[in-house]
Amino acid sequence: MAATARAASLAQEKRETFWTSRAMRRLRRNKLAWVGFVLVLLFTLTAAFAPLIAPPPKVGNNCLRDLGVSEPAAVYNPLGGTFWRVLLVPPASCYQITRINFRPEPSPPLQSIQTEAGPVRPLLGTANGYDVWYGLVWGTRTAFKLALTVVFFQLLIGITLGAISGYFGGWTDNLLQRFIEIILSFPGLVLVIVITAILGPSLTNVMIAFIVVGWAGYARIIRGDVLKVRALEFVDGARALGASDLRLILRHIIPNALTTITAIAVLDLGALPLSAAALSFLGIGLPVGFADWGQIISFARAWIQGTAENRLAYWYVSFYPALVIILFGLGWNLLGSAVRDALDPRDNS
Amino acid sequence: MFAFIVRRLLFLPVVIFVLSVLIVALLQFLTPEQRAAAYIRSDNQARNLPLIIKQYGLDQPFYVQYWNWVKQAAQGNLGFSKSSNKPVWDTIKERFPSTVELALYSLIPLIGFGVWLGTLAGLNKNKFIDQFARVFAVVTGNIPTFVMGIILLVVFYGLLGIAPGPGQLSPESQINQMINPVPRVTGMLSIDALLAGNWPIFWDVIRHLILPVITLTTVLNAGLIMVTRGSMIEALSQDYVRTAKAKGLSERAVNLKHARRNALLPVATIAGFQVAGLLGGAVITETIFGWPGIGSWGADAAARFDVPGILGFALLIGVITVVMNLVVDIMYAAIDPRVRFD
Repeated sequence: MAATARAASLAQEKRETFWTSRAMRRLRRNKLAWVGFVLVLLFTLTAAFAPLIAPPPKVGNNCLRDLGVSEPAAVYNPLGGTFWRVLLVPPASCYQITRINFRPEPSPPLQSIQTEAGPVRPLLGTANGYDVWYGLVWGTRTAFKLALTVVFFQLLIGITLGAISGYFGGWTDNLLQRFIEIILSFPGLVLVIVITAILGPSLTNVMIAFIVVGWAGYARIIRGDVLKVRALEFVDGARALGASDLRLILRHIIPNALTTITAIAVLDLGALPLSAAALSFLGIGLPVGFADWGQIISFARAWIQGTAENRLAYWYVSFYPALVIILFGLGWNLLGSAVRDALDPRDNS
Repeated sequence: MFAFIVRRLLFLPVVIFVLSVLIVALLQFLTPEQRAAAYIRSDNQARNLPLIIKQYGLDQPFYVQYWNWVKQAAQGNLGFSKSSNKPVWDTIKERFPSTVELALYSLIPLIGFGVWLGTLAGLNKNKFIDQFARVFAVVTGNIPTFVMGIILLVVFYGLLGIAPGPGQLSPESQINQMINPVPRVTGMLSIDALLAGNWPIFWDVIRHLILPVITLTTVLNAGLIMVTRGSMIEALSQDYVRTAKAKGLSERAVNLKHARRNALLPVATIAGFQVAGLLGGAVITETIFGWPGIGSWGADAAARFDVPGILGFALLIGVITVVMNLVVDIMYAAIDPRVRFD
């Protein structure tokens, strides 16, 4: 009884220290961080609830067929299995942007379009016959899927190799460092373009390309931190108590080296979708029709000039994707910079 | 210093080796038939797929394929780029000057504007101009290049009609170029036109350069502004600035001669790397504005599975990056006498 009470109070104390820690206090005081946080939260919710915000249509992609239902209404019923399936593990066909028709000319927001399933009114209009709203909403989900997967594997590889390199030193370290130097000496986006171009356009290949290129930066930072932390006395203490190499690395060294990495990882989460969008914009990244911001804005390239009567006739084709991309970049950057500043031990303001 | 340069240049063959191995190794994930697709340029060739596989040894083991590539490359044959419909080396020779041209025209507005706004912000810390500079840097620094390019095109070409559309020349000038081409001296069309005294072509190229230059300037400026501002603020708090003020020097002399000279040292590094990046082809900017440099060629080669083109492009970028980083380091030693590489 006493033990559980103590554990509970410890847990409470711990939670309090996180919320009231110096970094969190700094973060909470920063107004721009709040703006960034709200924007990021909105995008996160959009990504998580994409199937409810832009439900799969009856005609235009194969999402409903692959879910085994015939009516979009089934998606909104939390008691049915479809609701959870489309929310948690949607079939690949759901990421295919709804194709309303095959007319290259954009149609304006909310204009009624006749399809075989009856008239539809795409909220943000169409580009190349694709539903822009569906593409942007599911594109947000693509962005998060890509960023989270890529950062996870970059961290996994970067932390493992960086820790090995820094902890053991010697020829392993030397070899790994030379290799990292070569990767870092090369412009990242060009390397990603080369790898994706050869492996072919698909979400997996784009993710592989970003992982191959991006782990090196993390490995270098972790290695530096490991070298610093390894020389501290508490590590010697732990070793004297008989801790193994693995335990030393996992329990004592890596947790102490994580602060720098966290700030960079947050900024990376926001930067990766934009780089991936740039790839798709160039026609290299994701296959045609895959829900992704870069692809939608690349449709706008053909409709920059309006008609003779109205020079802004096709403003919506570029405006909405551009707005989404800019807000996303801004939100993550405000949040990421605030996290970086809050974790910076040199800044004592 | 000499040893330092030699050591860094020795890095060059390593980068070329690793890049070429990487690309040939990546190709091993594909089937020989898929690899052969890179060499097909006509229907006739497509019917003779096994012949192409045999000719280029595409069904051979990895090391044989790599050795074949090395043998060809050693003879100066980097292959044929189907996206430019020319040998890779000829494509590079033809397009690289255009990339240099775009970089040269971007240089002055990029560094001039960034340093100017950064200095002003640093001198007026927390005043209106400083707040403005910081907001400007955050906003422009967060707009991806392709979005910025599209916005500029929509506003200045689509809506206002004061800027020309994508490309290097307007249709009329293109016809003039076909009938009576400007003699190729430097390969940079605007400079060649100037040398030939062909003013219409010169002005046309300059007009087409405006939007790409604005795109590159605004997108790359954020870093320059923030670094100039930060190092300016730091320099102003130094003892030598106080001494200069105590000597009774004018505000202007103190700010610009004493503080800014020293504040520009870190700025030079950033600017150097940005120029290095520009020479490596502004892939996205060149593509949006249809600028015939190596960046737009690289993107095109990548989109059309032109493997010799992709390889040639990647190797060129590798060489440019290593050499330009070396140049930046040497330049840094030249402007800061405290830096010595030994």
